[in-house]
Amino acid sequence: MKDSPVVKWFASREGLYYLALALLLVVVLPVMLDAFRLNMVGKYLTYAFVAIGLVMCWGKAGILSLGQGVFFGLGGYCMAMYLKLEASTPEATAIQSTPGIPDFMDWNQITALPWFWEPFNSFAFTLIAVIGVPVLLALIIGVAMFTRRVGGVYFAIITQAIAAILTILIIGQQGYTGGINGITDLRTLMGWDIRTDEAKTALYFVTVALLFVCLFAARLIQKRKLGRILVAMNTQENRVRFSGYDVAAFKIFVFCLAAAFAGIGGALFTLSVGFMSPSFIGIVASIEMVIFCALGGRLSILGAVYGALLVNAAKSGFSESFPELWPFAMGALFIGVVLAFPNGLAGLYQTYVMPLEERLFRRKPKTDGSQKAKATAPAQTPGERGKEYDPLIDQYSPEKS
Amino acid sequence: MKAAKSKSKDFLLAVEGLTVSFDGFKAVDDLSFYLDPNEIRVIIGPNGAGKTTVLDLICGKTRATSGSIRFQGRELTKMKEHQIVHSGVGRKFQTPSVFEDLTVFENLEVSYPQGHSVMGALAFKRDLAVVEEIESVARTIFLEDMLEQPASLLSHGQKQWLEIGMLLIQKPKLIMLDEPVAGMSVVERKKTAELLKVITREHTVLVIEHDMQFVGDIADRVTVMHQGKVLSEGSIEHVKSDPKVIEVYLGH
Repeated sequence: MKDSPVVKWFASREGLYYLALALLLVVVLPVMLDAFRLNMVGKYLTYAFVAIGLVMCWGKAGILSLGQGVFFGLGGYCMAMYLKLEASTPEATAIQSTPGIPDFMDWNQITALPWFWEPFNSFAFTLIAVIGVPVLLALIIGVAMFTRRVGGVYFAIITQAIAAILTILIIGQQGYTGGINGITDLRTLMGWDIRTDEAKTALYFVTVALLFVCLFAARLIQKRKLGRILVAMNTQENRVRFSGYDVAAFKIFVFCLAAAFAGIGGALFTLSVGFMSPSFIGIVASIEMVIFCALGGRLSILGAVYGALLVNAAKSGFSESFPELWPFAMGALFIGVVLAFPNGLAGLYQTYVMPLEERLFRRKPKTDGSQKAKATAPAQTPGERGKEYDPLIDQYSPEKS
Repeated sequence: MKAAKSKSKDFLLAVEGLTVSFDGFKAVDDLSFYLDPNEIRVIIGPNGAGKTTVLDLICGKTRATSGSIRFQGRELTKMKEHQIVHSGVGRKFQTPSVFEDLTVFENLEVSYPQGHSVMGALAFKRDLAVVEEIESVARTIFLEDMLEQPASLLSHGQKQWLEIGMLLIQKPKLIMLDEPVAGMSVVERKKTAELLKVITREHTVLVIEHDMQFVGDIADRVTVMHQGKVLSEGSIEHVKSDPKVIEVYLGH
């Protein structure tokens, strides 16, 4: 807790974990992978935002939300609406019966832009909405649920229902939302073509930068009294209440925080893949997000990042060869995590690798992080596609707090 | 002392006509009692007499069906739990409720009466005053050498003390303890009795306890509850010789 200078912090063990992650995302992966694969990693990273939020909300404060896809989706849709409006210039849509509105509206016999689309002509408004809309919804849900002391499994079910409702709403209101197809054919961001390889690479680095902003924000909260109250609330809610805290306010805060992270992730997701559709935000997607977090380690924000990367990498790898088997594999993975290592990979790392590391630390205090990476990397030369993230398994970097 | 009943403002806590009914069952039935400042009052009574429910009602965990609870002239029955805490009422639960994932220091720090709002907790700084206060409370509760330990490693008795310490650091005027020595060894009981004596120099204490010897050690006055009502009230000797109490406790 001592406020040591930044440099000193980076030389500490925790700092090295962050450095290792930064090294991996900023140097190793961009060098190793082509633009297409790197863009995929960027897409996986957008889920890491949700996973970090879940660590704070579920892992720390004990509020399991099975509807994080809702906030991810709202962030994503806000961004998609802006991009779609930019792509729907009167010239580009000249063949429509009403030029200048998004194509799916035209197909659904809508002749004027709906009022709630209007503000999304402004990029500044869109940026605010990407965070503001998910947070506002989380605030409404939070106030409605937590002040009435709805919690635990009931809360989880309600969030899941909200995910279902939002999906049905979006699919049903095809003229306003693009329906089941989503909002597609997004082209430029303020005139900058986001479909080129250069743009995708640039977006990847933006994602990494924002990811670290979120990581540090989450870390700051963990280190403060606020973080300790969240942890305390998890197991002894009554004791916190009778220590003079308004428990509901803290729950609402952390739920909104998770929603904000998810919204940022969703917006970046839209930019990275170039469209947004209801399939990314529904019940299944929301549960997958919980699995990212659980596998990485629900108590570790860094673990959550690795969890999101690995599960998604495995998903892509698996789906390329055996698409129909993936849901089973993921189910098995989740059961395995719950039964065998409830604290996920970060927990495993803490139990098995950290003691080794401690010995290394004592012998060679300065070269710990990089040594380990070098030592393990050649041992598992990746043979096939989709396995390229395997060398990272030993590099799980749990938050030690 | 009974003559002072009419001007209830002199009392730290005045409970009058308190009733709570759970689906028609009156756990506490038209209960009235009064606490003087700096008094140690012990509530005893057989199982199901409604003792814990009384504490629940005072701290806001359970809402009263009717009646009033005035604390320093302020009505508690309509306040939220955390507001009751802020007005100066601290409550310890029957089973030790400490934060097992946090260290002893952090447990006490969470209870420190500052930074109670979300933003306040984010801005809260662990400055010298906080550390000194925590160390001083830790000495009082015999845990000054355990500050760095996770609370999960403490013994049962130490957890009870820690929870008492978490109340002390809030600086409440009224401390309510629910069976503080249950499950403690003889040595721990003695130390706890000492601890309570220290605490009462600055606090009013309301204790629920079964152990009659411990009650005799600490109590200024004893209230005996039976079936949600006050059966008898007075000094330990008075209560022990009250035929109604003897009947309830030893009668059958």
